[in-house]
Amino acid sequence: MSALSLRGVEKVFNPGSDQEVRAVHGVDLSVERGEFISVIGPSGCGKSTLLRLIGDLTPPSSGTVLVNGKTPAKARLDRDYGMVFQSATLLEWRRVQANVELPLEIMGMDAAERSRQAAAMLELVQLDRFANHYPWQLSGGMQQRVAIARALVFKPSILLMDEPFGALDEMTRERMQSELLRIRAETGTTVVFVTHSIPEAVFLSTRVVIMSPRPGTITEVVDIDLPEPRSDETREDQHFFELLTGVREGLRAVEDS
Amino acid sequence: MSPNARRLLSFLGILAVLVAVWEGYKWMGTATGGVWPGTGIDLPVRTNERSMPHTWDIIIALLRPARRGGDMLLLVLLKAALFTWRSALLGFVLGSAVGFGLGVLFVRSALAERGLMPHVVASQTVPILAIAPILVVWAGRLNVTRWLVVAVVSAYLAFFPVAINTLRGLRSPDATASELMRSYAATPNQVLWKLQVPAALPYLFPALKIAATASIIGAIVGELPASMPDGLGRAILNFAAAFSAAPEKLFASILVASLVGIGFVGIVVLAERILIPPSRRLEDVGEAAGPRGRALKEVVA
Repeated sequence: MSALSLRGVEKVFNPGSDQEVRAVHGVDLSVERGEFISVIGPSGCGKSTLLRLIGDLTPPSSGTVLVNGKTPAKARLDRDYGMVFQSATLLEWRRVQANVELPLEIMGMDAAERSRQAAAMLELVQLDRFANHYPWQLSGGMQQRVAIARALVFKPSILLMDEPFGALDEMTRERMQSELLRIRAETGTTVVFVTHSIPEAVFLSTRVVIMSPRPGTITEVVDIDLPEPRSDETREDQHFFELLTGVREGLRAVEDS
Repeated sequence: MSPNARRLLSFLGILAVLVAVWEGYKWMGTATGGVWPGTGIDLPVRTNERSMPHTWDIIIALLRPARRGGDMLLLVLLKAALFTWRSALLGFVLGSAVGFGLGVLFVRSALAERGLMPHVVASQTVPILAIAPILVVWAGRLNVTRWLVVAVVSAYLAFFPVAINTLRGLRSPDATASELMRSYAATPNQVLWKLQVPAALPYLFPALKIAATASIIGAIVGELPASMPDGLGRAILNFAAAFSAAPEKLFASILVASLVGIGFVGIVVLAERILIPPSRRLEDVGEAAGPRGRALKEVVA
């Protein structure tokens, strides 16, 4: 059973009106357990909408989405999803530890167990020293690491990330990418990652999905056969550059069409 | 100088300016015979002892017996204020609870908001002077103690700002925060208590300050048709009737009424300081930038 299976997925906003937008059109995609899929494309190509369709934040107009063999709604109620957005969206009145405990609290876990698991997760993102800080006392990169810890603390099978490092500077961004790969190696979570950075997509992924706008559809899927584990050397590897070129050409074809 | 000392100093400074303007205007009017200097144009307010008693006469009046052989006026007024404040406090609590409840109802149900909001707004455009006697008559049939009726009039004014700001605060979290809660499969009650209500608290307190002052006005106005024998409403009515004989007593009652308001708002401010950290207070944003900036530097260093 695939972690994720999309068949003929279609999303039309404001159907029938003169503001009708075909955001996603005829998308077929199958993702195996443990894969890291990046979705890349120009703005307005529907990549965020695709993520929202998978995460049951918006329903498809037609086609089927199956997550671990279930409907997205069922998967959400089963707490199969961890989500990370471009803004960390931490609750400012909660300390870091309490922010990470939030999902466990909602799931009704008892306080001692909750505290233990959140602490372990903060250790994993190397923020255990900041457990008692408030979000505004942290830098943007640290806040995003808290958001990742919060998304993974209840051990979801799929992590959905919508440009999570988009607001960070280049240096922090590369460090966060390495962190994410390390965390994923430990948790084995399947990841769907939306980005508009080519190096980010290539460095992180097992496959890169290229999308084109109007209507948003998949034009190409590039296999990233870089050796694991990936490190800073990977970024200077000859094959890394060849793959960058491959994805860049795929994107250029989209823009020219 | 500490921020508190600075605040006290600026309060006293402005008080001194107000007294100086009052006395200066009075002095000018007395000197020119009630016209603007160098013109024949009348001053808008007469400056005789009846229209504008000296500020010190008002203070002296407070320290003298209210009537021959009776208690000091200040004491009489404070007793009246305490009586009125009892109704106002109950009105404030009642009104705030109703306002908060309405805010929650509105954020839960767009239908309720569409249907009820116009009535809520309309309720505040009706003069309280017209509503108060009706409430008193209705409550009279139910045999309710009169000071409770006064509290209801007070709540009538207090609930409105709380309802409006609660709704605004409950709606303040980002869409992404709501989507996160959705991804955790949180129930509507969990979303309310773990996300919306904590997010609304900073919005609630400015509304509670308005509700505190409104509840006192409501209580004073409510006392009039209820023909309360005690309270600031009765005192103001009595001193207004005797205005030509002793104008300073009416001014003294106004002074005490406003002191009660300041005290009440002060209690709310104190609660806000205890419950809401500086970085989340809506009003002290300027001051919050200080500690916030400092703390951020400490973390980086």
